[in-house]
Amino acid sequence: MSTLFDFLDNPNYDLLGAFWMTIKLTFFSAIGSLIWGTILVGMRVSPVPIMRAFGTAYVNIFRNTPLTVIIVFTSLGLSSTLGINLASKDSTTSLEDNFFRLAILGFIAYTATFVCESLRSGINTVPVGQAEAARALGLGFFQVLTLIVLPQAFRSVIAPLTNVMIALLKNTTVASIIGVAEASLLMSEMVENESDSLLLVFLLFAAGFVILVLPLGLLLGWVAKKVEVKR
Amino acid sequence: MSTQAVLYDAPGPKAKARNWLYSVLFVLVLALVVYYVYTGFDEKGQWAGALWKPFIDGSTWTQFLLPGLLNTLKAAGLSIVIALPIGALLGIGRLSDHKWIRMPVGWIVEFFRAIPVLLLMVFAAAFYAYYTGIDSEIRPLFAAVTGLVLYNGSVMAEVFRAGILSLPRGQAEASSALGLRKTQTMVNILLPQAVTLMLPALVSQLVVILKDTALAGQLTIGFDELIRGSGPLTGLYGNTIPTLIVVAIIFIVLNLLLTQFASWLENKLARRKKAPKGAKPVMAATANVVLTRDDASGGAV
Repeated sequence: MSTLFDFLDNPNYDLLGAFWMTIKLTFFSAIGSLIWGTILVGMRVSPVPIMRAFGTAYVNIFRNTPLTVIIVFTSLGLSSTLGINLASKDSTTSLEDNFFRLAILGFIAYTATFVCESLRSGINTVPVGQAEAARALGLGFFQVLTLIVLPQAFRSVIAPLTNVMIALLKNTTVASIIGVAEASLLMSEMVENESDSLLLVFLLFAAGFVILVLPLGLLLGWVAKKVEVKR
Repeated sequence: MSTQAVLYDAPGPKAKARNWLYSVLFVLVLALVVYYVYTGFDEKGQWAGALWKPFIDGSTWTQFLLPGLLNTLKAAGLSIVIALPIGALLGIGRLSDHKWIRMPVGWIVEFFRAIPVLLLMVFAAAFYAYYTGIDSEIRPLFAAVTGLVLYNGSVMAEVFRAGILSLPRGQAEASSALGLRKTQTMVNILLPQAVTLMLPALVSQLVVILKDTALAGQLTIGFDELIRGSGPLTGLYGNTIPTLIVVAIIFIVLNLLLTQFASWLENKLARRKKAPKGAKPVMAATANVVLTRDDASGGAV
């Protein structure tokens, strides 16, 4: 067994580090996209027409653009052209940090549209009477949304949101195209150098993703059952 | 509009004024962002006519963009054509009465759904390079299609399974009452109905496939799809940003058309009287309370 995985002894192959990077990308992007997606859904159902229009346009544009294009654009458009730098210039890892954060920005911009659409379908599962009762109590739109409708909507869309988050986890591999050192970048490097143990390399990385995806799915599936509104 | 008014009352004079204020503030913020981006690009001369001029030039399209687009469509088309039968087989396999078929098929489907398409493509590219004699010209296309088929075949397996399970039980019962075997029931009774129910979901899957083809130009895969295919163009004119914008617009238009087509299909199928009673479309819409429906499928990649 040990001879099979000899190639892992190469100090350049930081397998755990690569997957840790994948986890970090997923974690920050997930939090960001949940926040931005919630704001977007608020815009899409708001009484202000211009916000509704913006929300709709944003979702349609970003949902239909390949993530590859978005990530390339964060690097070429935001970083090279606009000179946006998201990392402190005097740190030793300034460049890596910048691209890591740009990638997260790209993932948030893209994933938030799916979060928004899931939530919007979740709002539909909330009985009309809930919103009507809230209005009858004299709550304004913002209160109806944040106190009554969204909490219930969130509870009913944990399952679709789980799919969104798993998709996000897999999508973080796209960060490799702007040089963020995560799992797929390491794999493509290893595939180049370790041609004789190609299948092993693939299975190793596949196993890594399976190990990450399965618990996420199971955990959130359990949460979904727990918080489901019994109607 | 009347359905919209569930979350808020019809605005009175005060609310109208407040909404106006919000509108103005929002437009201001938006304008600031747009202005910042515009001037930023302007400083680098990204709006200069010289960079955009190639796009009015026919040769740009015939030499760079259209071949790239053609490759993208080729990969997407091949993938869906190959993934459909595989998805059907896997989906039916998961519904098998025999545990020794159901279990391994279930593992295969779950395995390929858990792995990023990019990894599948990188692996396929290397595999074809090391172990097969496929011509290096066509190898990237093979790698791209392989990655897409493995992933989308598994996704479609789930779509097929959901489609078959959503049919009323009476269909299968009636066909066994007629003395049809399990295979006959599946092929003659269940599948034809399930496919009709699934059509919108399958068209939506096309959007996912189309977006995923954009991965095939990256890393070590090297398929000349729309993004990578426009590389020489940016090298020629130094117009990376304008090209990216044009490429994005092409993708957005294509995908919006596909999405439109999917919802048109869904409406058409919903109106069709032939659909069996009690059958639910695979991506059934929830009650329309707040909005006009569109596919809020969270699972798309």
